[in-house]
Amino acid sequence: MKTKKLINEGAAAVDEMLAGILAAHPRHLRAIEGSPRSIVANHGPRASKVGLVIGGGSGHEPTFLGFVGKGLADAAAIGNVFASPPPDPIIECAKAASGGAGVLFMYGNYAGDVMNFDMAAEMLAMDDIEVRTVLTTDDIASAPVDQKDRRRGVAGNVFIFKAAGAACDLMYGFDDVERVARWANERTYTMGVALSPCSLPQTRKPNFEIGADEMEIGMGIHGEPGVARGPMRSADEVSSELVGKILDEMKPAPGDRVAVLVNSLGSTPLMELYIMMRKVKAMLDDAGVVVHLSLVGNYCTSLEMAGASITLMHLDDELQRLIDHPCDCAMFRSGEVL
Amino acid sequence: MATITTEDLKSLFVRIAEAMARERDRLCELDGVIGDADHGIAMELGFTAAAKAVSELDSSTSEPTLVFNTAAKSFLNAVGASSGPLYATALMRAGAVAKGKASLGDDDMVEIFAAFAKGIQDRGKAEVGEKTMVDAWAPAAAACRAARDRGLSFADCFAAALKAGEAGAEATKDMIAAKGRSSRLGDRALGHMDPGAASAVVIMACFHDHFM
Repeated sequence: MKTKKLINEGAAAVDEMLAGILAAHPRHLRAIEGSPRSIVANHGPRASKVGLVIGGGSGHEPTFLGFVGKGLADAAAIGNVFASPPPDPIIECAKAASGGAGVLFMYGNYAGDVMNFDMAAEMLAMDDIEVRTVLTTDDIASAPVDQKDRRRGVAGNVFIFKAAGAACDLMYGFDDVERVARWANERTYTMGVALSPCSLPQTRKPNFEIGADEMEIGMGIHGEPGVARGPMRSADEVSSELVGKILDEMKPAPGDRVAVLVNSLGSTPLMELYIMMRKVKAMLDDAGVVVHLSLVGNYCTSLEMAGASITLMHLDDELQRLIDHPCDCAMFRSGEVL
Repeated sequence: MATITTEDLKSLFVRIAEAMARERDRLCELDGVIGDADHGIAMELGFTAAAKAVSELDSSTSEPTLVFNTAAKSFLNAVGASSGPLYATALMRAGAVAKGKASLGDDDMVEIFAAFAKGIQDRGKAEVGEKTMVDAWAPAAAACRAARDRGLSFADCFAAALKAGEAGAEATKDMIAAKGRSSRLGDRALGHMDPGAASAVVIMACFHDHFM
């Protein structure tokens, strides 16, 4: 049986979504002429500023293109559902984002994205646009701590992109933007749990099977199987496990500050996210960790998958300043109104 | 002595596109077990775009190299993903072998097959035994060349390649992934054929069937 979706032709889903996003957010976003999968901030790129280009597959909205805007990313290259964009739209984004001070590519660590963004970077070098890359690797369930460079990038992208985008907006030099981006990634930890699958618009078949009384700990945002499958547990038990694993690795000292993201993978409602948030806050209070900022909602989704992830960014003064820096994107705003 | 023309190659791409459309759901299911369930979609999309683009080439003025290069560009831009750069690189390498030739002989076809496989390996930086499409492509290319060294026609070489590729894909069931998304699964991927290796066999079967 096919899943129910409010779509037209499955193959047209991505382009029709983009058309809708451009219709809804003309003040923030435009597509590059002749390259409809390259979405640029109207008020982002400017001379002498390091350009920030993000991107990846569709199906994670508001990641990626919701974070394009002044103070955050200058452009996003959009791929098919759960598939990296090819080099061409990435190249067009980089050209649009380039202010002559270099362009930073930031995206989640997946083999396909790495190949396409690297091919784009090679071609841009021929046009004298210097590109550097910082991969996000915040999903602590996806590889052990001694193999951090194999981890995938998930919801923590929001904080990591935010810090790097603020550094660009504050006119940091290329070296400093890169340093901050790596540091932000280093200090960001995410772990999630999936309760039910999603289905791709083209197939409308559940992308994995899971029992009615089961959940999958550590599942990826494309439905990649996680580290363990177990019986369904309560919000408090799940939150405890996720926060506990994160704190084990983060090792905060009492008085340390964090930014918190409780993120829905798609269909898990705010009610459940806030129930989790309540437990997260209690655990952090117990550990003496100060919550500087909390985001609760759909930030990095996996179509209609049910489940949630918890992200903590371990702040220091610089990261806190960058996270607090104003930004104005189509689907994300913070700080004073610009 | 075989003579493969632009027209033959154009129809080869149509054959592969049709095969991927037939195999799409099976490939997605294989991918769903260990990945994100989109591999069949990407392969169908890519080869459909490639077949359409090459069908628009004028066979009387287009050399074989242009068929491969046109297919490479259209595959890449339609797909992205992992399979985009991997197969685009494979097709560009095949195009490089065919460069300057009005038609292709037995040795050319074997060289093209080998260059195709080498392109995938170079771009993905995977080795045999890491549970990827290389586990099908590398033994297939080796068998293809060995058959040619024994003096077989390229059609027989492709038969040898297909057999080796099928065995290679089958062997991925017993492997733990070291590359790609399923590498995060550890031994949970055991027992499942790698979808990239499975689609590689679909392509090899098309090469075989098309020229037998």
